[in-house]
Amino acid sequence: MLDKEGIAKRIAKEIKDGYYVNLGIGIPTLVANYIPHEIDVVLQSENGMLGMGPFPFEGEEDADVINAGKQTITMLPGSAIFDSAMSFGMIRAKKVNLTILGAMEVSENGDIASWKIPGKMVKGMGGAMDLVASAENIIVAMQHTNKAGESKLLPKCMLPLTGINCVKKIVTELGVFDVLPEGGFKLLERAPGVSVKDIKKATAGKLIIEGEIPEMII
Amino acid sequence: MNKVVNNADEAINDIKDGMTLMLGGFGLCGLPENCIAALVKKGVKELTCISNNAGVDDFGIGLMLKQRQVKKMISSYVGENAEFERQLLSGELEVELVPQGTLATRCMAAGYGMPAIFTPAGIGTEVAIGKEIRNFNGKDYLMEMAFDADFAIVKAWKGDSMGNLVYRATARNFNAVMAMAGKITIAEVEELVKPGELDPDHIHTPGIYVHRIFQGKNYEKRIEQRTVRKRI
Repeated sequence: MLDKEGIAKRIAKEIKDGYYVNLGIGIPTLVANYIPHEIDVVLQSENGMLGMGPFPFEGEEDADVINAGKQTITMLPGSAIFDSAMSFGMIRAKKVNLTILGAMEVSENGDIASWKIPGKMVKGMGGAMDLVASAENIIVAMQHTNKAGESKLLPKCMLPLTGINCVKKIVTELGVFDVLPEGGFKLLERAPGVSVKDIKKATAGKLIIEGEIPEMII
Repeated sequence: MNKVVNNADEAINDIKDGMTLMLGGFGLCGLPENCIAALVKKGVKELTCISNNAGVDDFGIGLMLKQRQVKKMISSYVGENAEFERQLLSGELEVELVPQGTLATRCMAAGYGMPAIFTPAGIGTEVAIGKEIRNFNGKDYLMEMAFDADFAIVKAWKGDSMGNLVYRATARNFNAVMAMAGKITIAEVEELVKPGELDPDHIHTPGIYVHRIFQGKNYEKRIEQRTVRKRI
């Protein structure tokens, strides 16, 4: 089974040379640490930056340089700054190649619920709805089950939706799944030490398993 | 042409109860701190505030919420303000949660003289309720209206007396879009300069959009999450 770093590490393998990538808050942010040095990748921050770099050294924090999670960061050589309208314009116009975000629930047909728990957590959707409505490549990084042990890969989302028919791939601590256009979660890889049986037990939605499922190599 | 006023109090002197204000900033970054303090001091209330976030409890729009000056917030994310969440869940405060891109683009539409925009953000979600949906090239889009704000209050890094503005790094965010969109735009700047000192090629907001500008002071520029890495 993978921990959060493991999930991030596996997702980083999906990033291709020359990609512009948007990383959501939480586990997705960790993906930045595992992007291979041999490839060129530019990270887009929805608050108006391309070329997001690592956290600054202590003492070098700049209040005017933050990421979408409101953390202090740095800018890499070749960075560009733009306003919020342009930021979401480039997202909507599909210039961003890959979006990685967390979720509370994903359904068999790729619906995603990630922003609201009615009566309990109503903080707002931020940029998530824009990202999932426009991106062609969406990978969800999340735990396979919630705190109550219930599957987060469902036939249908029960929580308020962020978007419909949009998630393409999911990486959880148990494995890697494709969301098929015709519906269903296709198991691609098992996490180290995890069996197909474990995954079946934890998944409420339709699971498609074809042939021998390899163990993840990270 | 001289749009300079002396301070925030002067700049906001004709803002009245019940008005709709746009306020720039993303989180605590690029906040028009002087104008917010002046609004709190003035005590204007029943305001509708269009701003991406609601600050934290003791900074940004949180200061206005504490004084119950806000009737309605139009934002994309209001997570870091406990008072806000309390007022929301209790029904004291009206809230319209708008996807961040839609928020920015509705401001842009106002600034570009377009009555409405079409966006796929929110299709299939509760954001789509009651809105017109149109299909273009096989994809559904929501029709969203341009905002109509009495005032846009923005923070810039430098500005000149003709209202030309330059922003710094990610403090630009919504400030640049909102500056175009208010019926009256008020800009507070860290450094007010003479016309000619800003390179025309590097102006982010042309002065035509700005009605009042003043030299701001005592910026706290609070950092919401100070994250650092160790030197090896």
